[in-house]
Amino acid sequence: MRTDLIQEARRQAEICNACRYCEGYCSVFPALHSQRAFAEGDITQLANLCHNCRGCYYACQYTAPHEFDLNLPKALAEVRRDSWESLAWPQPLAKRFHTQGGAIAMALVAGFALMFLAIRAVGSAGGDGFYAVLSHSAMVALFAPALLLPLFSIGLSLRAYWRMVDGRPLTLADLNAAFNRAAHMTDLAAGHGEGCNFEDEDRFSQSRRYAHQAILYGFLLCFAATCAGTILHYLFNSPAPYPFWSLPKLLGIPGGALLTLGCAWMTWLKLKSDRTLGDPRAWGGDIGFTLLLGFTGLSGLMLFAVGDTAWMPGMLALHLGAVLTFFLLMPFTKMAHGFYRTAALLRNAQRYRE
Amino acid sequence: MTNYDITVIGGGNAALCAAITAAEAGARVLILETAPKPYRGGNSRHTRNFRCAHDGPLGPLVESYGENEYLDDLLKVTAGNTDEKLARLAIRSSEECLPWMEAHGVRFQPSLSGTLSLARTNAFFMGGGKSLVNAYYRTADALGVDVLYEAHVTHLELSGDRIARIDYTHQGDDHSIEPTAVIVASGGFQADTDWLARAWGPAAKNFLIRGTPYNRGVVLADLLDQGIDSVGDPTQCHAVAIDGRAPKFDGGIVTRLDCVPFSIVVNKQAERFYDEGEDVWPKRYAIWGRLVAAQPDQVAYVIIDSKSLDLFMPSVFPPLKADTIENLAGMLGLPLAKLCETLDAFNSACGDTSAFHPTELDGVTTTGIAPAKTNWARPINTPPFYGYSLRTGVTFTYLGLKVDETAQCFNATGPIRNLWAAGETMAGSILGQGYLAGFGMTIGTVFGRIAGREAAAYAN
Ligand SMILES: Cc1cc2nc3c(=O)[nH]c(=O)nc-3n(C[C@H](O)[C@H](O)[C@H](O)COP(=O)(O)OP(=O)(O)OC[C@H]3O[C@@H](n4cnc5c(N)ncnc54)[C@H](O)[C@@H]3O)c2cc1C
Ligand code: SF4
Ligand code: SF4
Repeated sequence: MRTDLIQEARRQAEICNACRYCEGYCSVFPALHSQRAFAEGDITQLANLCHNCRGCYYACQYTAPHEFDLNLPKALAEVRRDSWESLAWPQPLAKRFHTQGGAIAMALVAGFALMFLAIRAVGSAGGDGFYAVLSHSAMVALFAPALLLPLFSIGLSLRAYWRMVDGRPLTLADLNAAFNRAAHMTDLAAGHGEGCNFEDEDRFSQSRRYAHQAILYGFLLCFAATCAGTILHYLFNSPAPYPFWSLPKLLGIPGGALLTLGCAWMTWLKLKSDRTLGDPRAWGGDIGFTLLLGFTGLSGLMLFAVGDTAWMPGMLALHLGAVLTFFLLMPFTKMAHGFYRTAALLRNAQRYRE
Repeated sequence: MTNYDITVIGGGNAALCAAITAAEAGARVLILETAPKPYRGGNSRHTRNFRCAHDGPLGPLVESYGENEYLDDLLKVTAGNTDEKLARLAIRSSEECLPWMEAHGVRFQPSLSGTLSLARTNAFFMGGGKSLVNAYYRTADALGVDVLYEAHVTHLELSGDRIARIDYTHQGDDHSIEPTAVIVASGGFQADTDWLARAWGPAAKNFLIRGTPYNRGVVLADLLDQGIDSVGDPTQCHAVAIDGRAPKFDGGIVTRLDCVPFSIVVNKQAERFYDEGEDVWPKRYAIWGRLVAAQPDQVAYVIIDSKSLDLFMPSVFPPLKADTIENLAGMLGLPLAKLCETLDAFNSACGDTSAFHPTELDGVTTTGIAPAKTNWARPINTPPFYGYSLRTGVTFTYLGLKVDETAQCFNATGPIRNLWAAGETMAGSILGQGYLAGFGMTIGTVFGRIAGREAAAYAN
């Protein structure tokens, strides 16, 4: 990890510890105030508890031009990204995407190309619907490892994170407490429940929280749709395509819509926000990731919309290419935050009971 | 330029409460704030709570805190130097302020960690005073109040019983307006160290100013020069002992040091000069400002050992740390022989420390030295040793404009018909010495609202 970033965050944390005015905003401050000295792991844990709502920036009497130069959202965002990069596996990929939207776009193009290639090379092997374009076994052969490998990589990283923050073995109560917070995005509401200071300086607004909810639930619905499809395929011998009144579609269509709209909304909010209150270097990577995720949802909807027309094979390649890229980049993009944040909330729940 | 009914001078809590109240009463209001936008809000941006009377639980406040108890608390710290009528008005009105503040965007949080003793009496602003100020600026903006930043008021022209003209500079140019009504809410004069030095003597040049550099008393001096009634002792200011490394201005809350009760405090000659354990720190930190001011070069040094390091709230700068007293003396620039002598005398005057209790008056005292340390007296002998320098940090000054219960200003011939004052600049009308935590914001909120209401009624 980069000691200069840790040191800057530590300097600011020590000022906050003497001040405490922001204690009501989020989980970061109570955790911070319970300590006097901050080791690297402590700062990393605080950084992953922060969700960059910026409430503590606009409330702070010590922001520049004051010589104390407080900008805690930025300091923690930089440590956060650095922690994801440093703990990522395999390392050669770790630093490619967080800071480079362009690299994400290139990966996406590569994903498209791979799908077109697969469609041409493997083809249907006699299936129906989508499988007339690319056989089911080819899809499984591609996507099973594309999902499992990144999850394995993230698993390794989380184990390293857990060690770094002195995590203890998990209990049911930890899980309960942490998932409750994540599901309601309690912190995104700020202590008074009026949201973030994101898109219009110090005005509190729920926009970011709602956009994030749309993305999260949209994503989960899409994922559930895929699982439903898999179950129908294997257990009920009922392969795709599915009609509108079927579980995969009933989950997938609203999911895709939520995901698409949520990502568009989030991108718009990010464009309006002050970049210097986040990690300025991660700007491009963040936007790139959000667009990729949004495109994954959108291309899924379009795939549904084109039906069985001549557009279908091309659309299928685009959608599968996006899904593949998204999966493979999970450990190296903003997507990692969901895993780290959950780990941080779990650790925080533990610390309350220690 | 629009024709404004009311010009408010200042951009802190009192000014904003006045502007919002007046705008809600239908007046067109202009705020002239000398600070640039990032530093708007004066000392109010450094606050954390306000003291609020309440009959039963109210917002974040527990139990109840009645008018008489509140007044008693005030009388205790001001040694009776209180205008009881105005004080009661402020106290009584404070209860309705809390819901008013919430309705105008202020949010509260439970008492901060380390301040549980205030959970009944003081309501803490979520995010502190700057978030309060931000919320009020948003509310004022929505009500159509105009704000000019970097608008420095230099003169109010008194003509008969009216203010006829306001002179101010903005973006390098001189401007004047002829106001219908004026509300002065521009704080005290503590940031003008020349003025402080005239009142206090040259020692004041070494004082640090805990809050804004913009409260230089320009408007106050201008009005006093024209014979507006004043109140309060010009030589009085509220001063506390803070970390000597704090910036000259705007160091705010984080520069306070809470370790004195567990320490010995020496001056630059390495001599102790006062009982460090006289009372719990919140009750004593205000007198230490004066004690330090009376020492050579207005500086003192706190020394603790590792036994006490975790007993007090951390402050912004880490202490100097050394494994031996010799090294610490070198780091602090103290005469070594004398420091050892002082420390030895203190350590051998300590007795049985088994009753030591960090948060209560424990009666663990020294015997046979002067000055004695009457509580928490444990020998300083467990390395590493830690040291901080202490300087006098001025919070505010007491000299101000004299007002009545309608916040109106006067001169020898009677009321100034279109001039009101609110906040720090008239707080001397209520308390002439001492200070009760959270009362500054109460005065500003109550009298800001009164001034806004009265000025709007006059202008309409
Ligand atoms: C570190 C610190 C902590 C404090 N904590 C608390 C607390 O927790 N609770 C509490 O009740 N009190 C606290 N106080 C005291 C409190 O800050 C004041 O009582 C209160 O803020 C006064 O409000 P005000 O609006 O009168 O003045 P201020 O908030 O100081 O506003 C004065 C305004 O006038 C402007 N101004 C000055 N001169 C001119 C000019 N010539 N032209 C135009 N504008 C001008 C200034 O820029 C400023 O905006 C604290 C003070 C300090 C320094
Ligand atoms: S961000 Fe600023 S106001 Fe908030 S706790 Fe830290 S120092 Fe205090
Ligand atoms: S940006 Fe928001 S979440 Fe992060 S520390 Fe500040 S208040 Fe907490």
